[in-house]
Amino acid sequence: MKHYLDTPITENIVEQLVVGDQVFISGKIYTARDQAHLRLVKENKPDFDINGSVIYYVGPTPARPGNPIGSSGPTSAYRMDELAIPLMEKGVKLMIGKGDRSESFRKAMIENKSIYLIATGGTGALLASRIKSSKIIMYEDLGAEAVHELVVKNFPCFVAYDLQGNSIFSTTATR
Amino acid sequence: MRLIPSTDIIETVKKTLIKINYELDQSFVTRLRRAKEQENKALSKAIIQDILDNQEIAKKGEFPLCQDTGIVVVFAEIGFDVKLDNPIEDSINQAVRLAYSEGYLRKSVVKHPFKRENTHDNTPAIVHTKLVPGDNIKIKIASKGAGSENMSVVKMLTPTVGIDGVKKFVLDTIFNAGGKPCPPIIVGIGLGGNLEKSAIIAKEAILRDLDDINPDPILKELEEALYTEINALGVGPMGVGGNTTCLGVKINSYPMHIASLPVAVNIQCHANRHEEVTI
Repeated sequence: MKHYLDTPITENIVEQLVVGDQVFISGKIYTARDQAHLRLVKENKPDFDINGSVIYYVGPTPARPGNPIGSSGPTSAYRMDELAIPLMEKGVKLMIGKGDRSESFRKAMIENKSIYLIATGGTGALLASRIKSSKIIMYEDLGAEAVHELVVKNFPCFVAYDLQGNSIFSTTATR
Repeated sequence: MRLIPSTDIIETVKKTLIKINYELDQSFVTRLRRAKEQENKALSKAIIQDILDNQEIAKKGEFPLCQDTGIVVVFAEIGFDVKLDNPIEDSINQAVRLAYSEGYLRKSVVKHPFKRENTHDNTPAIVHTKLVPGDNIKIKIASKGAGSENMSVVKMLTPTVGIDGVKKFVLDTIFNAGGKPCPPIIVGIGLGGNLEKSAIIAKEAILRDLDDINPDPILKELEEALYTEINALGVGPMGVGGNTTCLGVKINSYPMHIASLPVAVNIQCHANRHEEVTI
C-alpha cells in the first residue's frame, strides 16, 4: 500500500502503517544523528515542535551553489536506538534511517506509537532530488551533523517496523 | 632515480578521489544489473533499481553517490628508484584536503575518540606504504564509508577449526550485520598473519578486481563457496530479504604462527568507491 503523508504526523496515521508499505512524506522534517541526539536528550529543549515530528538520520554532503543540499541518504539507525526512546516519549512520530534496530527500540516504538521507516541506503544522490530546502536550526558547530530543517516533497520510504511487531528485515525473527 | 614531484601525486590522487565519489566502476554496475535480473523478490529488485538510478544521477557530477564520502584509505607501492620531494603522507593528505573541498564531499573525520571535533578537511588519510622495485608509484585509493566498516570484525580462531570454522565465522558476521552495511556488499577476508596483518590484507581484498581469479585453488574454492552461501543467507538488499546479499568475495592470506588462525572480515557497501592509479 502507498501512503502520501504531510507533516506533522498524527497517531491515527501511524496506526495505519504496515510493514512494507511505501510512504511518501511531504513537509518539514528534521535531521539528527548521534551527537545531535545526545544534545537533544540532554538539553531537553528543541527549537522545533517535536510533537508529531519526523526525524531523518542523515549527514548530507555540502550543497553545491544553486542546490538546496548535497547527497542525502540515510545513516545506520541502530546507533540512535537508546537516544531515540526519550525523543519518542516527547512525541517524535516517524524516524527515517537504514538497517535494523534493537529489541528495546522496537518495544519503545510500539509503546509510544511511533514508526521506523527506511529509505534506500547509499542512494543520497537520488534522495536529494526530493529535498526542496534545507537550513540549520540547531547545533551549527556540528557541521553535517547539525539539526537541519528540511522541506521535502514525496520523500520515499518503506515501513520497516509496525505497531503489530512486524519487521521488514529478513534476519529479525531468527536473530 | 626518477623525481616524482608532490604536485603530480596531489593532482592525481585529488582527481581520483573526486571521480570515485561520483562514478561507480562500470563493471560493478553490470554486476548490479545482473543481480537485479536474478533477484527473486519485488521489493529487493526495487531497491537495486534505486541503487542503479542513484549512480546515474551521481555520474552527472552534482551529487556524490553517497552522503558518507568516507575516510580515505591509500595503499602506495613506491618504487625504490623514485625520488620524492615531500613525504608521501603529506602529499596524500593535501590531495584529500583539496578533493573534499573542491568535490563538495563530506568531511567525516574527527580528531579524538571522545572530544570528536571534526578536522574540517577529512584528513588524515590512512596510508599504507610499501617499497618495491621500479621507478613509479602505484596507488590504490578508496573512500571507505563507516556503515560497512562498523560491521567488520577480526577474530583470532584456533587452527584446528579449519575451513568450516572460518566459514561459520564469516557467515555469522554477515548475517549479524544484516542490512546495516548496505548490501549488496563485497566481502574482503584476510586469513592469517597476526591481528593487524589479517585486517590489512582483508582491506586489500576488497580493493581487488572482482573479476580476478585467486591463484590459490583452496582459497578460490572457498571464495566461490562463501559467495553462494552468503547469498543463500537471505539478508538481501538493505536487509529486506532476497537472494542478493553479496556481489563478490575475495580472500587474501599470509603465513601465520603455528598456534594462530586470525580471520578478518572487512565489508564494503554497494557504493564501492576505489581505484588504482600509477604515477
